[in-house]
Amino acid sequence: MFYREAGDFSTSYPEDSQTFPIRFDRYRYYLVLFVAIFVIPFTINDYWVNSIFLPFLIYAIAAIGLNILVGYCGQVSLGTGGFMAVGAYACYKLMTAFPEVSMLIHVLIAGLITAGVGVLFGLPSLRIKGFYLAVATLAAQFFLVWLFNRVPWFYNYSASGQISAPERTVFGIEVTGPNTEAWATYLFCLAFVIFSAVIARNLTRGAFGRKWMAIRDMDIAAEIIGVNPLRAKLSAFAVSSFFIGISGALFFAVYLGAVEVGEAFGITKSFTVLFMIIIGGLGSIFGSFAGAAFLVVLPVVLKLVGVDWLGWPTDIVAHLQLVIVGALIVIFLIAEPHGLAQLWRVAKEKLRLWPFPH
Amino acid sequence: MPTDLLYGAEVVLNGLMAGVLYALVALGFVLIYKASGIFNYAQGVMALFAALTLVGIMEGQVPFSHLINATFGTDIHHFGWHVPAFAAILLTLAVMVGFAYLVQRFVFRHLVGQEPIILFMATIGLAYFLEGVGDLMWGSEIKKMAVGLPQGGSLWVEENTQWLGFGNEDFYGFFIDKLDMVATVIAVVLVLALVAFSQYTKQGRAMRAVADDHQAALSVGVSLNFIWILVWSLAGFVALVAGIMWGAKSGVQFSLSLIALKALPVLMLGGFTSIPGAIVGGLIIGVGEKLFEFSFGPMLGGATENWFAYVLALVFLVFRPQGLFGEKIIERV
Repeated sequence: MFYREAGDFSTSYPEDSQTFPIRFDRYRYYLVLFVAIFVIPFTINDYWVNSIFLPFLIYAIAAIGLNILVGYCGQVSLGTGGFMAVGAYACYKLMTAFPEVSMLIHVLIAGLITAGVGVLFGLPSLRIKGFYLAVATLAAQFFLVWLFNRVPWFYNYSASGQISAPERTVFGIEVTGPNTEAWATYLFCLAFVIFSAVIARNLTRGAFGRKWMAIRDMDIAAEIIGVNPLRAKLSAFAVSSFFIGISGALFFAVYLGAVEVGEAFGITKSFTVLFMIIIGGLGSIFGSFAGAAFLVVLPVVLKLVGVDWLGWPTDIVAHLQLVIVGALIVIFLIAEPHGLAQLWRVAKEKLRLWPFPH
Repeated sequence: MPTDLLYGAEVVLNGLMAGVLYALVALGFVLIYKASGIFNYAQGVMALFAALTLVGIMEGQVPFSHLINATFGTDIHHFGWHVPAFAAILLTLAVMVGFAYLVQRFVFRHLVGQEPIILFMATIGLAYFLEGVGDLMWGSEIKKMAVGLPQGGSLWVEENTQWLGFGNEDFYGFFIDKLDMVATVIAVVLVLALVAFSQYTKQGRAMRAVADDHQAALSVGVSLNFIWILVWSLAGFVALVAGIMWGAKSGVQFSLSLIALKALPVLMLGGFTSIPGAIVGGLIIGVGEKLFEFSFGPMLGGATENWFAYVLALVFLVFRPQGLFGEKIIERV
């Protein structure tokens, strides 16, 4: 009843091509932003931040990044964990080298460095396609993790081989290290999420995004109509790695605090983020959020139900989680290959006609 | 002969043996990919699952005992009998065939005509599912694979190659694992049997027809459904063999499923569609990574085996995108 475009007249081109053309959607978006910025920070505690909000926000950035590469440009990558590790280690080196600089700048530069590495590993995509490329990106995954494990310069010659985040600030407020406030880390990550989502949304609906989608749908045809595959593919790798690098930096510096590279950024991380965008929906920014939320909340809920209510041992619940995630992926692919985002779209279509569908 | 060269030769030999094991896993991939165009990521987990099932049956474990105990508060673990290895292998094979049927019936039948990448994702989901089920069914602790395969280094080889050192005191002959030798023999037999099967039997011909062209095969009366179940069963069989070999080598544990990742560069090198390619690719990767670790590993800080295969495959693919023996990729608009 409220969800209508009726009466909402666009009088200029920018108004016509805005992200949320329906007034209701627009208000909902403002409401979500308002709650996220002005309500949640004042009501959360450490448990909520560490078990739900931080992982959700950080994975959402990674999922947006991967979605640009896989969902929009069609280049399947299994190297997400490796690129996140690049972001984390770049951030670590910057944090220890320039302690007085704001974390905001560190994280952004870490993203840029990751973008460079991503372009480097994206070069083979010009020759290699499909599965072959997916496997080729595994080279990035394993090589990068090995590199950070074996070259002591990256972890500042620390005895344990781990990296741990020193205390750094943004505008005088601590966001890393052991003495952070819940709301500070939350807002810090949220800022990056909003930044990434807005940039990603505007890139994907502009000239860049159209080139990527043309390459995804058929690269030869795209080349014939004048899309430069070199620039399109490498720009997708660069933008995607930029976001993934940011999420890696946040994952290390803000969320975990201390990282052992093989454990935190191993191949399972690559698959986790890939699952998020499959479940959420390939080629959809909203899907990245939905998938990240789903896979972050699912283990928490399972643990709540399995361990706390039913009293099962944790290892059984962990195995059950594997079964459920695996089954869900298969079910999703069979029932709705376009993921949660498609369900959302269908729901909105229905809502537009509700309550008079005929 | 200088000792370094001899050590190098030993490294090559061991690399060849390791390569055979990689090739064994890669074979399962190729079988399914050729027949159905599905890139089966779950192959490694199938090997793990087969090995777990085999050990479980031999030991007489009660399936899902942990789950049952946790739910009903009982304390059951074993039936109390031991099944001989041969019977257990047959039973496991039956389980794998049943698994092939279920996969075909409940997953891939519903995904016919989807894009290859969707099918690939589905097999990743399948891999997670199977891993979880395997752990729930048989428990996740490391188990021993005791099917009577020989273990340890072969003294015979060691004694009979000592003369190669020509009186050099540092050289004691080649050290070669007995298990690796057995694995090589089994892999060779397996490949010959598979080739014979696909060349000379009716089902094998039908399999090749499906691999060539689904619709043409369908039109001359080949049942796609049957062939796909057959192929998944064969892949299950290969996975069982690979699971036994790797399980006997390093124990039946989760890391077994990671050999699937090691088989991927093998496939890229050899080409996804070629059985000889899987073998040659496996040997090249096996020898390559061992030699690289032997000659450059100490300089680079060791453990180069983790990534060498992928980087080798990556560099190789840039020059020949379809692999060594793969069919040429022709793209049309």
